[in-house]
Amino acid sequence: MDAQELPPPQDRVFAYRRSPDQDAAAPARHPVVIVGAGPVGLAAAVDLARRGVPVVVLDDDDRLSTGSRAICFAKRSLEILDRLGVGRRLVGKGVSWKVGKVFLRDAPVYSFDLLPEDGHANPAFVNLQQYYLEAYLVERAAAFPHLDIRWRSRVTGLEVRPDGVLLTVETPDGPYRLSGAYVVACDGARSAVRGLMGLESRGRSFRDRFLIADVRMAADFPPERWFWFDPPFHPGQSVLLHRQPDDVWRIDFQLGWEADPEEERRPERVEPRIRALLGQDADFTLEWVSVYSFVCMRMERFRHGRVLFAGDAAHGVSPFGARGANSGLQDADNLAWKLHLVLDGKAPDALLDSYAAEREAAADENILNSTRSTDFITPKSEVSRVFRDATLLLARDHAFARRMVNSGRLSEPSILRDSPLNTADEDGFAGAMVPGAPCADAPVLGPEGRGPEGRDWLLRQVGDGFTGLYFTDGRPPGGDILAGLRALDQGPVPVRCLAVHPAGTAAADGLVDGDGLVARRYDATPGTFYLIRPDQHVCARWRRFDPPRVRAALARATGQDPAP
Amino acid sequence: MTHPPTTNSLGLDTTPRLADPDAVYEALIDAHQGLSPEQSALLNAKLILLLVNQVGDAHIVAAALAEARRGL
Repeated sequence: MDAQELPPPQDRVFAYRRSPDQDAAAPARHPVVIVGAGPVGLAAAVDLARRGVPVVVLDDDDRLSTGSRAICFAKRSLEILDRLGVGRRLVGKGVSWKVGKVFLRDAPVYSFDLLPEDGHANPAFVNLQQYYLEAYLVERAAAFPHLDIRWRSRVTGLEVRPDGVLLTVETPDGPYRLSGAYVVACDGARSAVRGLMGLESRGRSFRDRFLIADVRMAADFPPERWFWFDPPFHPGQSVLLHRQPDDVWRIDFQLGWEADPEEERRPERVEPRIRALLGQDADFTLEWVSVYSFVCMRMERFRHGRVLFAGDAAHGVSPFGARGANSGLQDADNLAWKLHLVLDGKAPDALLDSYAAEREAAADENILNSTRSTDFITPKSEVSRVFRDATLLLARDHAFARRMVNSGRLSEPSILRDSPLNTADEDGFAGAMVPGAPCADAPVLGPEGRGPEGRDWLLRQVGDGFTGLYFTDGRPPGGDILAGLRALDQGPVPVRCLAVHPAGTAAADGLVDGDGLVARRYDATPGTFYLIRPDQHVCARWRRFDPPRVRAALARATGQDPAP
Repeated sequence: MTHPPTTNSLGLDTTPRLADPDAVYEALIDAHQGLSPEQSALLNAKLILLLVNQVGDAHIVAAALAEARRGL
């Protein structure tokens, strides 16, 4: 069916289909069973399927997410989704933005630009209703015969065995059992898998309530994030405004802890709040309304043997930094390649420990940022409110105070500085591309995948596997270097090596750094070699290409070198 | 939105000088945890006196006082 003929995502119902597993004499065994067909579970499933790993996804529902839910997808998420084959659809449909404005009462205090430089394929952020992302991933999943999404399939039992995990699944036809060598729990904040294993996600809850109203209307606010502290139309509280596609606007009203969630959800309560912001004669319809409070929390460990937790099942944050779905997509990105190598026998099971270590550290970073933002937005004591207001007053005139105003520190990918998979620098490098950093994008001219003007992007050339970037002086690599680069591509864990030539090179092979931005962003000089992980994080770099060092770093990055 | 120059004629530097302002802000708020309003006011006064002494320049202190007082 053509994508255009499908009903809008929020109206789609996915049919339950009986699986042959339900008639099997013994529980069918699968390499990976993913629980939860939300953005994280679907991204992990598509990533694994691209790598050739058969996947079963179990979801207890037969619809996509209700309401817009996650709406802000960060540049790093778009890069991940680009690799999975849906990024351009998100950018095409979504509202791109990069500017945030902060107001105190009725006056602007300051604005910030989340991507002040050019030379990136993707925008800083795209706003898009969560159900669109889910719909794109479900459509993408259909391209893989070995990716089986089973709707209306609720996990009700779980038994960990030495060689896998036995799951009991409840369906409209009754229960059946299947087993996964690995189970990835992406089943959300109230994770059933977590509950069945007797595990908890713990943290700090915030004594405040917020109203989300998705409003459909024709309005001419610019595509920016607007945040008000104490506005005249909603005194004493904060308000956040975001634009989504389809003429839908997300308005977030802080209500305070005393607010009655049931009462505040009623349209006759919600509409006056919106009219206060938009004007009494504003013409709008309510799309979706929700009242929420939140907890910043995480599981103590994201790996429990053969069960791996990802997304909201593993960690939760307040919505103010857009760090929920974005960090969940980074979880999926981090896990898929590791599971693939382990299932393929090319890396030890211990590589999966690095998933937990890296993403637990990332969750801590997200929770720290989210907690600080929430404390600023929701001062928990009178003195805290005084400091907050003083900061806002000073921010009008003084740059130092603008840096302290915290209406949300928006999602940035974690730099995996302390990852056991990194190889420390031996050579001197400046700039941001330290081992563990997510790779910066940059424009390139490539022989493959040329855009309309021969232009492409570095991250679109860095594929699903390990990649080596070899920076040349304009001459194609030859002799021992070429032999060494080719040998890396032939190893058990192949490293696809790309030559990066300076501007003006008429290269038959490799990429040309037409604007010089690759060399600048990677602080590269002729001879520099970067080893990049399949999830596009730097694992090692040198000023000279030395195959034994690269092989040692590759062994380390695949969990085969436990020595410190 | 235009912003006036951030260093005034009296030499008060209001450009960002902290590497991690969020962490310092958090420490300021956390320092007040469990204190009564009177104790919080006392903490703030002691903190200001300590920082004023650290600044060690009466002209800068005067400029900061004038800036803090502005608009009240």
